[in-house]
Amino acid sequence: MVPLTHYLALSFLLFVLGVVGVLARRNLLTVLMSIELMLNAVNLNLVAFSRQLGDLGGQIFTVFVIAVAAGEAAIGLAILISLYRLKGSVNLDEASEMKG
Amino acid sequence: MTPALIFFWILGAVVVIGAVGVIVMRQPVHSALFLLLSFVAVAGLFVLAHAEFLAAVQILVYAGGIMVLFLFTIMLVNIRRQAREPFLHRQAAVAILFGLAFYAVVGGLLVGEAKKLAALGAAGAADPGKLATVSIAGATVAGNSQAVGWALYRDYFLPFEVASVFLLVAMIGAVVLGKRTMEKVD
Amino acid sequence: MRATSLLPWILVFPLAGFLVNGFLYLISHSKLGGKDAPKGPHGSSDPAGGHGGHAHGAATQAAHQAAQAGHGHGGHGGHGGGHEPIPFAALHSLVGPVACGLSLLFALLAIGSWWAETHGHEGLVATLWTWVPMGENPTWFGAKVLSIDVALRLDALSALMLFFVTFVGTLIHVYSVGYMGHDPGYGRYFSYLNLFMFAMLTLVLGANLPILFVGWEGVGLCSYLLIGYFWDKDFAADAGKKAFVVNRIGDLGFMLGIFGCAALFGTTDFGAMFDAAVKNPGLYGAGGLMTAVAVALFIGACGKSAQIPLYVWLPDAMAGPTPVSALIHAATMVTAGVYMVARCNVFYRISHEWAAKTLGEGATFWGLLTHDAAFVVAVVGCATAFVAATMGLAQTDIKKVLAYSTVSQLGYMFLGCGVLAFAGGMFHVFTHAWFKACLFLGSGSVIHALGGEQEMTKMGGLRKLIPHTFVTMFVATLAIAGVPGLAGFFSKDAILAETFAAGHPVLWFFAVLTAGMTAFYMFRLMRMTFWGPFRGTQEQLHHVHESPASMTIPLWILAFGSLLVGWVGIPDFILGGENPFERFLEPAIPALPPDWTPHAHHMSLSTEWGLMGASVLVALTGIALAWRFFSGPYPFAVPERVATALPNLYRWVRNKYYVDEFYEKVFVEGLGKGFGRFLWEVDARVVDGVGVNGTGWLTLQISKISSWFDLTFVDGAVNGVADTLQAAWRGYRRVQTGRTENYALTMAAGVFGAVCLWIILR
Repeated sequence: MVPLTHYLALSFLLFVLGVVGVLARRNLLTVLMSIELMLNAVNLNLVAFSRQLGDLGGQIFTVFVIAVAAGEAAIGLAILISLYRLKGSVNLDEASEMKG
Repeated sequence: MTPALIFFWILGAVVVIGAVGVIVMRQPVHSALFLLLSFVAVAGLFVLAHAEFLAAVQILVYAGGIMVLFLFTIMLVNIRRQAREPFLHRQAAVAILFGLAFYAVVGGLLVGEAKKLAALGAAGAADPGKLATVSIAGATVAGNSQAVGWALYRDYFLPFEVASVFLLVAMIGAVVLGKRTMEKVD
Repeated sequence: MRATSLLPWILVFPLAGFLVNGFLYLISHSKLGGKDAPKGPHGSSDPAGGHGGHAHGAATQAAHQAAQAGHGHGGHGGHGGGHEPIPFAALHSLVGPVACGLSLLFALLAIGSWWAETHGHEGLVATLWTWVPMGENPTWFGAKVLSIDVALRLDALSALMLFFVTFVGTLIHVYSVGYMGHDPGYGRYFSYLNLFMFAMLTLVLGANLPILFVGWEGVGLCSYLLIGYFWDKDFAADAGKKAFVVNRIGDLGFMLGIFGCAALFGTTDFGAMFDAAVKNPGLYGAGGLMTAVAVALFIGACGKSAQIPLYVWLPDAMAGPTPVSALIHAATMVTAGVYMVARCNVFYRISHEWAAKTLGEGATFWGLLTHDAAFVVAVVGCATAFVAATMGLAQTDIKKVLAYSTVSQLGYMFLGCGVLAFAGGMFHVFTHAWFKACLFLGSGSVIHALGGEQEMTKMGGLRKLIPHTFVTMFVATLAIAGVPGLAGFFSKDAILAETFAAGHPVLWFFAVLTAGMTAFYMFRLMRMTFWGPFRGTQEQLHHVHESPASMTIPLWILAFGSLLVGWVGIPDFILGGENPFERFLEPAIPALPPDWTPHAHHMSLSTEWGLMGASVLVALTGIALAWRFFSGPYPFAVPERVATALPNLYRWVRNKYYVDEFYEKVFVEGLGKGFGRFLWEVDARVVDGVGVNGTGWLTLQISKISSWFDLTFVDGAVNGVADTLQAAWRGYRRVQTGRTENYALTMAAGVFGAVCLWIILR
C-alpha cells in the first residue's frame, strides 16, 4: 500500500510548483495553468485522505473542486480575452494601471 | 516494493515532470501540453487511490474540457508573436526561493508528523471496500461510481445544487466578459 | 461782648474787602478787555541801586506808549497815569480803607474786652473749628494727641501786634487812596492790600504754630503780589520772585521747627506747649533738642525778617509801590519774624539755660553758637544790623536807604530777643513801626511830589516846597536816630542796655556803632533831600506840590506817634517806676523754674546812665557828621573824596559787597541751573538711554533668541516629523507597484507567514 505521506508529499510538491508558476511567469495563460496545477494538487490531497480514512466525503469534495475549477478557468480565460483586447498582450507586466 | 508503490512512483514522476514543464516552457502551447500530461497522470493516481469515478471525471473535465478551453484561448490570443521576450518576471528568483522555503518548511513538518505517526504505530489505510460499496434500502450495491452517485444525491444534495448554480453563473460571467463592446448599428 | 467772639470779625473784614475789591476789579477789567498797563515809578530804581537817573526820560516814553497801546489815550508823563477814569474808583477807595478801619475798630473792642476780662494776665483763645483731627501721635515722651484747631489767641503779645498792625495799616490804606489814586490797577492794589491785612492778622492772632504759618505764607504771597504789582517791569517781577523764593528757603527751617515742636510736645498750641515747657524745662531742653527746634524756627524768621543770609530780597522789594514798602517791609510783615521769636521766648530761654548748664564756665564763642539758640539769634541780629548799616551809607536811592535801614533795625530787634530781652525787642518793633512807616510814607510823598524821582542825587532843597512832608519826616528821622525823648531812643537804649548787661560787650560795641551809622545815613538822607540846591529838572521843579490830605494826615499821625509812643516803655530807673511796657508784656514771658532762670542782671545806676549817655553821644556824633558832610551847595564833596581815597572800599560798599552777585553765581547758576542740567543729563542718558532704549534693546535680543529657538526647535520638530513621514511614504510607495505578480507574491508570503505562525503555535 502507498503510505499517506507519499501522497501528501507529492500533492504538496505539486502545489508548490503551481505557486512558483503563478509568481514567476509573465504570461497570464501560464499563470492560469499553474492555478489549475494547484487545484489538482488539492484534489490529490483530498483523494489521498479519502482513501486513508475510507470516507467518501473526500471524493465528493473533489467533485466539487473540479466543478469550481472549471468555472474559474472559464472566467479567468474570459478576463484574459478582455485584457488582451484592451492591452494587446497578455503580459502581466503591462497590466499595471494600479501602479502608485 | 509493492506494485502499487511502483505505479505510484512512476505516475508521481510523470505528474512532477508535467508540472515542471508547465512552469518552465516558453511557449504557452507547450505549457498546455505538459499540463495535459500532468492531468492524465493525476487521473492515474486517482485510480490508484480507489477513486475510479474521479479519475474518469478528471479526464473528462480537465483534460477534455479545460485543456481544450486553454488551447482555444491560446489560439485566439495569438501568442506566437511574443516568443522572443523574457518569460519570467524580475521577481522569479524571489518566487523560486519562496517556493523552496515553503516546501522546506511544510515538508519538514510533514516528515516530522510521519515519523511521529510511525512511532505511534498508526493503523494502515482503511478498508478500500468502503469506498466502493453503498447500501441502498438495505441492499448493498457495489461500485465506486454508484457510491459516489448515491452520496452526491443523498448526503450532499445541497452542495450539488449550489455547484450547478455556480456553473450557471460562471457561464453567464464568461459570456459577458468575453463580449465585445456593443457597436452602434448604422 | 466777649473778646473771643470779636476776634473772628477782625479777620472777616479784610477778607471781605479783598473779595469785594477783587471782584469789582475782575468784572471791570473783563469788560474793558485791555490789560491795565501799570505805570509805577518810571523805572528809575534798578536793582543794583546804581545810577538810575537816565531811565527817567526813556521810561516816560515807554509809559506814554503803553498808555496809548492800552487805552488809546496819551498819558501824562507826570503821575504815571492817563486821565482815563478808573472803574469803581470811588468804591475801591471806600471799601479798602473801611475794611481795614473796621478791623481796627473790632481790634480795639476786642482788646478792650480782653483787658476788662483779664487785665492782661491771661490769653483768651477763640477756637473756630478743628482743622486736623489726628489720632494718637506718639512723641518721644509718651503718647499725645496732636490735633490742629483753627484758633485765635489774644494775649499781651498778640494784642500789642494787633493794635499797631491795624492802626498803621489803616493809615496806610488811607494814604494809598491818595498815592495810588491814578493807577489803573487801583482795585487790584486794594484787594491785595486787604488780603495782606487778612493774612497778617491771621499770623498775629494765630493760637498755634500751623495757623501762624498759614498767615506767614499768606503774607509771603501778598508780598510777592504787591512787590510785583507793576508786573510789566522786569525788575519788579523779578523782585517779587526773589522775595518769595528767599522767603521759602527760610520756611524750610520754619517747617522743620514746627515738626520738631510737634514731635517734642505732641501739640503745637502755644498755650499747651509753653505750659508744658515751663513745667519741665529739663525734659525738653535735654540733648539740645530745644536748641535745634529754636534755631530751626529762627531760620524761618531770618527769611521773613531779612536777616543774614536771607536779607537780599528786601532791598529789591522796593520795586513795589511805596505804601506797600511802608506797610509790609517796614511795619508789619518783616516784624513777623521777631513776633514769632518773641512768642516762642520760652524755647530760647530754655536753650540758653541748657547751654549755660552744659557748657558751664568754659563757654567759648563756638560752643555758645552751637548750644545756645538765643546766642545765635543775638549774633545774627547784631551782624545783620552792622552790615546792613554799612550798606545803607552808600545808597543813593531814597527807598533803598530806608530798606537797608529796615534790615538794620530788624537786626536790632533780634539782638534784643537774643539777649533774652524780649520786651525790649518787641518794644523796638512797636516804635519802629511808627517811625519807619512815617519815613516810607514821607519818601513816597517826596517821590509823588517829584513825579516819580527816587534818586537823592536829583533832589535837594525841598524843605520849603513840601513842608508837611518835611516836618513829619524830620520828626521820624530824629526818632530813628535815637534822639532822646523820641520813640526810637527808648527802645534802642533798652536793647543796648540789656545787651551790655547780659555780658556781651562786643555785641554792644557793634550795636552802638550801628546806632551811630543809623543816625549818620538818616541825616544824610534828610540833608540830600531837603537841603541844598535842587538838582532835578526844571519841569519837576515846576510841578512840585505838596501831597493831598489823604497822604499828609497819616503822615502827621505817624509823626505824633513817633514822638509819643516811646514814653510807654520808659526804663524803670528814670522815673522810678516799673517799665510799663515790660510789665504789660510780662504775662507773655512766663516764668521758668528757679534753677532755669538766669539771675537778673543788675547794673548799677551809674552804669545805666553811662550806657544811655554813650548811645546818645554816638547818635549826636552821627548827626553832626552827616550835617557837616552833606551841607553846602554841593553835598557830594565828602563821598567823592572817600571814593577817590578808598576806591575799592567805596566800590564794595556801594555794590553791597556783591552779595547778590555771589548768590546769583553760586546758587542760581551753580546749584539751580547746574543741578538742573545734571538732572537733565541723568534723564537723557540713564533713564532714556539705559532705561527706555536699553529695555528696547534687551527686548530685541530676547526676541532674537526666542525666534532662533522657535525656528530651530519648534519648526525643526515639525519639519522633522514631516520629513520622517515623507521618507516613510516614499518607501511605502514602492510597495504599490501596480503589478499583479508583486501582489500575488505578497499574498503568498502572507499565507506562508500564517502557516509558519500556526506551526509555531501548535
